[in-house]
Amino acid sequence: MQENPLEFRKNSVEALADENMQAAVGFVAFGFPLMRKMAIDIVPEFEDLREAGKAIKDHTLDHLDFYLEAFEEKVIASGGQVHWAATPEDARQAILEICQRRGAKTVTKGKSMVTEEIELNEFLEDNDLVPVETDLGEYIIQLDGQKPSHIIAPALHKTVPEVASLFKKHHAEALGSEPRPDDPESLVGEARTILRDSFVSADVGITGANFLIAETGSTVIVTNEGNGDLTQNQPPVHIVMASIEKVVPTLEDAATILRILARSATGQEMSVYTTFSTGPKRATDADGPEEFHVILLDNGRSRFLGTEFQEMLRCIKCGACMNHCPVYTKVGGYTYGSTYMGPMGSVITPNLMGIEKAWTLPMASTFCGQCASVCPMKIPLPDLLRKWRETAFEKNLPSATERYGLGLWVRYVRHPKVYQLLTKIAARFLAHWAGSRRLISWLPLASAWTDFRDMPAPQGDSFMSLYKQQQAEQKRAGVDK
Amino acid sequence: MDETQGEPSQKNNVGLFVTCLVDLFRPSVGFAALKLLEQSGCIVSVPDTQTCCGQPAYNSGDRADAIEIAKNTIAAFEDFDYVVAPSGSCAGMISHHYPRLFEDDKNWGDRARKLAGRTFELVSFLTDVRKMTSLPETITAPEGMTGKLKITYHDSCAGYREMNVHAQPRQLLSSVDNLELTEMDASTECCGFGGTFCIKYPEVSSGIVDRKLTNARATGADVLVGGDLGCLLNMGGRLAREGQDMDVRHVAELLVGDFDTPPIVKDLRSPDAGPKEGTS
Repeated sequence: MQENPLEFRKNSVEALADENMQAAVGFVAFGFPLMRKMAIDIVPEFEDLREAGKAIKDHTLDHLDFYLEAFEEKVIASGGQVHWAATPEDARQAILEICQRRGAKTVTKGKSMVTEEIELNEFLEDNDLVPVETDLGEYIIQLDGQKPSHIIAPALHKTVPEVASLFKKHHAEALGSEPRPDDPESLVGEARTILRDSFVSADVGITGANFLIAETGSTVIVTNEGNGDLTQNQPPVHIVMASIEKVVPTLEDAATILRILARSATGQEMSVYTTFSTGPKRATDADGPEEFHVILLDNGRSRFLGTEFQEMLRCIKCGACMNHCPVYTKVGGYTYGSTYMGPMGSVITPNLMGIEKAWTLPMASTFCGQCASVCPMKIPLPDLLRKWRETAFEKNLPSATERYGLGLWVRYVRHPKVYQLLTKIAARFLAHWAGSRRLISWLPLASAWTDFRDMPAPQGDSFMSLYKQQQAEQKRAGVDK
Repeated sequence: MDETQGEPSQKNNVGLFVTCLVDLFRPSVGFAALKLLEQSGCIVSVPDTQTCCGQPAYNSGDRADAIEIAKNTIAAFEDFDYVVAPSGSCAGMISHHYPRLFEDDKNWGDRARKLAGRTFELVSFLTDVRKMTSLPETITAPEGMTGKLKITYHDSCAGYREMNVHAQPRQLLSSVDNLELTEMDASTECCGFGGTFCIKYPEVSSGIVDRKLTNARATGADVLVGGDLGCLLNMGGRLAREGQDMDVRHVAELLVGDFDTPPIVKDLRSPDAGPKEGTS
């Protein structure tokens, strides 16, 4: 599988042949929408919450600089530090400097898609640090050298036997080579045992943030396993890695959006843990980190501000869009060849990589609209994908054959008389070609269709031609219309 | 060529937007639409200068050409009380997207918005505007494999999500005698057509349509029915390649009782047991 969006089609063929992936995305297609629906049906004001969430984010984005600076002020006032990172390289360097200054060796990590975006783990390893993923899914794929295939459930493509085999290999040093039970509960128990050591011995803990709260300088994480909390309060240093669009003005605003986040993501009313962190430990706290850092990453988000793409910055990374996407739930996350996948990934990736490197992603959509209808933040995803298609078209990125075909069609469709004649001729020709089967299995230049489907034959004449004949006959018969 | 154009103050002057797919592939759907609209009390015209709504250009990112094509459509239809299309996707293009195409143009923007407000998908027009609660003529479906003709209905994406078509076809279909509608799982899920998507990513598209056809077959339906010809050609075409075990028809055909016209794709199981041609 190529980590390259331009290989989407090739990757999709591999994904369709991958039984494990097909089973996994088949479950996503069925289970995730069901769970979401059950969690939402019990909230009569769900639509109002979507509107409210949209309004909060829109207001914040219109004044993003103000709120980020207000956030920074509060972080500093509570004893923390804020680092502004325009690029992934800036973010990686800021994190490295903190780690090196502390003489750190082991770095535990709560789940953070932004750290995947900046490829942090590889960078830390290159600099002799040991990053340990503590979210169970992230831990599993880290052992296998893989990336997440879903932004919420990073290891959904893995089977229990695969996990058992990975643990057998990688836990041998710590737990021995005697056969151990390999049912899911036992495997989770193994991971817990191994990760316990990492949690308490880590020198630095890195988490993401679901929200940055300007009012208090707090960061918020939403987790189910408790790993986020152990990552951030055990080591002496807590680093929060967050992209700039995560900021909201007040605690109340965060609470409003929290009401629809977990419901949209996993069908839970709330995740098991919702943790607010403000600054390093205070003198009166029993535990907590000595140092609290927030790295604010731009990496292209500010490019969206003030454009039609600003709406994408409302995204709260719930994953509902990909859970309901007929394409994602057919091919899974690796097909997209990018950190982010599905509908939201297809809008974000061309901004991260440049449209030249990622134009295939906005094309790989049927515009069915399911994503927009389930997005808790009311992001008009198909419209944004279409905007990217317009940009790609302006840059001549669709293939030359495609542009030529489209150009030909456009020329005729703007001239009704010529169009009517050609349609009539085509209807006759194709009906004749299809013969008595009334199906076309092969047609020159149409292999992209006929390799996979028959083409039902036209009926032999066009509607406009038949209608005109009918009108003429009626006139001749003296029937006036 | 009849082109009577009524005064906008009259309530029943309808311009039929045939759609390019119906024009080329299945005129019988256009004639069924004409008949249904006339039965509901409308004076129907078919403007001669119509070609296509422009969606292929629009969804390919070719906004400039989409605008020019849209202008042609607006000019052809703007003097009617209503514009009706036997397609949720084409109606949705005019109704939702034409105003967007002209957001920077005050003159065309106004014209587009006016037209958008008057543009409807066929079946929902009959129920929601013409207030048809059941069919004016008695329509009896032919025998299916097990007595009643069993059908299942695919909700096309634009029809469902842009034009709010869902209950209406079911309502009118329920007044066809000897017809039994069984809902498939995920009837509102995409069929995988997506315009040029199905030829750019045909393997993925095939995977999606196979999922749809599995759900459709599981209902035991004799006929797969829908309101958008793009979806029907896609599903029918795949059905023909992978096990031709359902008829495929457009909902308008059923609502006028046109069971004589060969279906889009024909059920190849025992011809004696299946819907017979030449009867109604």
